[in-house]
Amino acid sequence: MSDSGVSTGIGTDVRARLGGHLRENGMLLALVAIVVLFVVLCRTVPPQPIDFLSAQNITNLFLQNSYVIIMALGMLLVIVSGHIDLSVGSVAAFTGAVAAALTVKAGLPVWLVIPATLAVGGLIGAAQGYWVAFWRIPSFIVTLAGMLVFRGLTLWLLGGQNIGPFPKTFQGMANGFVPDLFGDLDQAALGLERLNGTAVLVVVAAAMVLIWLGLRARARDTEFGITPEPAGLFWARNIVVSAALVFVGWKLAQFRGLPNVLVILVILTVLYAFVTENTTAGRRIYATGGNEKAAKLSGIRTNRLVFWCFVNMGALAALAGMIVTARLNSATPKAGTGFELDVIAAVFIGGASMAGGSGKIVGVVVGALIMGVMNNGMSILGIGIDYQQVIKGLVLLAAVIFDVYNKNK
Amino acid sequence: MPVLLEMREISKVFPGVRALDRVDLSVEQGEIHAICGENGAGKSTLMKVLSGVYPQGSYDGEIRFDGEVLHLKGIRDSEARGIIIIHQELALVPLLSIAENLFLGNEVARGQVINWPETFQRTERLLAKVGLKDAPTTKVEKLGVGKQQLIEIAKALAKDVRLLILDEPTAALQENDSQKLLDLMLELKAQGVTQIIISHKLNEISRVADRITVIRDGATVSTLNRAEITEDRIIRDMVGRDMAHRYPDREPKIGEVLMEVRDWNVWHPDQAGRQVIKRAGFTVRKGEIVGIAGLMGTGRTELAMSLFGRSYGRNISGEVLIGGKPADTSTVARAIDAGLAYVTEDRKALGLVLEEPISRNITLANLAGVAMRGILDKRRETRVAESYRKQMSIRTPGVHQKAVNLSGGNQQKVVLSKWLFTDPQVLILDEPTRGIDVGAKFEIYNIMNQLAEMGKAVVMISSEMPELLGMCDRIYVMNEGRIVGELPRGKASQEAIMALILKDSGKAA
Repeated sequence: MSDSGVSTGIGTDVRARLGGHLRENGMLLALVAIVVLFVVLCRTVPPQPIDFLSAQNITNLFLQNSYVIIMALGMLLVIVSGHIDLSVGSVAAFTGAVAAALTVKAGLPVWLVIPATLAVGGLIGAAQGYWVAFWRIPSFIVTLAGMLVFRGLTLWLLGGQNIGPFPKTFQGMANGFVPDLFGDLDQAALGLERLNGTAVLVVVAAAMVLIWLGLRARARDTEFGITPEPAGLFWARNIVVSAALVFVGWKLAQFRGLPNVLVILVILTVLYAFVTENTTAGRRIYATGGNEKAAKLSGIRTNRLVFWCFVNMGALAALAGMIVTARLNSATPKAGTGFELDVIAAVFIGGASMAGGSGKIVGVVVGALIMGVMNNGMSILGIGIDYQQVIKGLVLLAAVIFDVYNKNK
Repeated sequence: MPVLLEMREISKVFPGVRALDRVDLSVEQGEIHAICGENGAGKSTLMKVLSGVYPQGSYDGEIRFDGEVLHLKGIRDSEARGIIIIHQELALVPLLSIAENLFLGNEVARGQVINWPETFQRTERLLAKVGLKDAPTTKVEKLGVGKQQLIEIAKALAKDVRLLILDEPTAALQENDSQKLLDLMLELKAQGVTQIIISHKLNEISRVADRITVIRDGATVSTLNRAEITEDRIIRDMVGRDMAHRYPDREPKIGEVLMEVRDWNVWHPDQAGRQVIKRAGFTVRKGEIVGIAGLMGTGRTELAMSLFGRSYGRNISGEVLIGGKPADTSTVARAIDAGLAYVTEDRKALGLVLEEPISRNITLANLAGVAMRGILDKRRETRVAESYRKQMSIRTPGVHQKAVNLSGGNQQKVVLSKWLFTDPQVLILDEPTRGIDVGAKFEIYNIMNQLAEMGKAVVMISSEMPELLGMCDRIYVMNEGRIVGELPRGKASQEAIMALILKDSGKAA
């Protein structure tokens, strides 16, 4: 009680703030470093040099990791609220199987299957969230049970077999691309064999919006009397990010354009970033995770919030399940095995706290990309699944140690 | 008396702050030495230096113990010399037994195997020393805070203590447990144990201390002998100015009845058949400060929390009227809408989201006030927080600081701001000045007076009777879940309150 109160507080806070910038920039830097590492390794290690950043591989990267990112968005909310969901891999598999049964077996149209499957996911989330939120059964246990139950139900529903193939429209969710609005015009003009004008336009616009948002946030910080991060750091980061965006867009434009999955991903990321940072609901979730009792005594219905976090998680797991199924063009009993670990790892690499109350959407996406790039790069290099797991585990540990070290320093 | 401990010119610098600036402290063999100072004055830092939490080399100055210069590398070093500190937050393991706790890390064992018979024997001897009769196998969680505090002392005695340091030992204790603890300190003194006590409670200090060292802003202000000890003198040294009145003056402007509680009954949430609040009823008027006095555990907090959205208890029955009309207080949100606000007794655990910024804490109970259709206006939020920072003079470099970095008094102001932002009519303040230093207390009192001035009704729950007597227009006295009496300002005194409690307890027995 009688510690040197306010005064030491200032010192720690300055450090904490620098630490915060360090964290966000550090993760981004780690992502860039990992990408560069794989570019070099893919060039030198295999007998035939491989271009890690080829248009096709970049497209693959997004297609392969979209479901981890999508589920990580929901997992962040669950973890921020102070809980965890271990069942997402099994739920994704089960909902994929449901989608398959509805489409292939029952012959329902895609426009009906997608919302129905999302609803099933939401119901599953509700069933688990009910016990966690209203009965106060630890989420670890409820969702561990869910992990077993829904894996079992997947096997039961599929009868141990694969169900497929799917109609083109359903596959399009995972394997489709946004049609180019400019058609062949630009290709002739620029003398390139193929270039998707829409893709280029979209990424350039995105980069500009990103910089504009960054500048606005800086202006607001200054207005509020928060010391913004140094201008040099700000511009360095934004230039790197924008350059990367434009580069990715350019590459995608030379292949088949913007994957549908990427569009879904970006929309969801923006939506969840907005919800977590700019809405009362988001704020309440953080307060619930930060101090549930205080939140409750401030009139927040914490139980309901936790419940809805699980419902949301279930629906996102269903979306991910459909994308996985569409990508493989069949529902398989083994789909989504181990996804929960990738998803949870992405959230913690992204800077969320195990205790709840902190973590950011941007961090989670970067965390998921780090996991994704490593998965993809190591597979290209032909590194065995044994080593892959060891390396991924160590990266997770290192990221969290880095966090804790920064906090204690 | 020979000098046991001599700390000379101790300076400790944290990044950007000089927490201790050439502090001198000299403790004589066999005395009880009190250290006083406001929050943030550096008392705890000084004790951390003494106990080796901050090792030799991380501070300047010299510590002599028994005439010998100490080079402490950690807590183990200081404990090996018999310097034992009992922190404010008790360091007991609730699920282990008394015996296990007493010898934790210091087990009576042959090799790695614990010698239980001897452990129990020694435990019983130690418990007798601190006046406890509980079985050594009792789990610590079954004991009240008062007894737990005594167990901490017994634990220190188990280690051949030469200098016992108690950091705010009575902060969480009720009156009679505090008295027991102070008695025990005097008894230990008679047995020759030198003690240092850190406390905010001046009446306790003047009761047990032989000498007092007052610290202000990281420096020693004075060391007073027993003869020089008066509360006024201590306060003057602590805050650096004369405090003519401990409680600010107020011209009460009392209006009509704003809130009335009738026939309020609450049962214990877990223990079936135990009624915690029995037919309680009270009224508060506009512009009035009403106190609720009573011993700890008598149901004051339970009364407040059950009124505030049924946050405590079950099978709640009774009626709440606000402004003459029945009010729905069945959930916290509805209670807030009805114009009720409740400032909790435990601001860290129940009042604040410590890891979040001040601004977010202030708006938490009324997010709608800074949002449009569920979307936050962060500019407005910052403006709101800034205006409360000024109004309440919350001392912080900015409202985007985390709440955890504030001192107790400033944290309390944040909690008060949070509730003022809900624009309540009735504020229930539960121990609003607990763990807050004298200067900040005065500020909180001023805020309370302003609230009354604005026409709000204020209910103040406090264990410190002088505070109730100094602040309240009327005092209700609670005992064992009942309201047993009501004293207007003119008739209220400590004796009158105690008389009501004792009379009621006598009836019950």
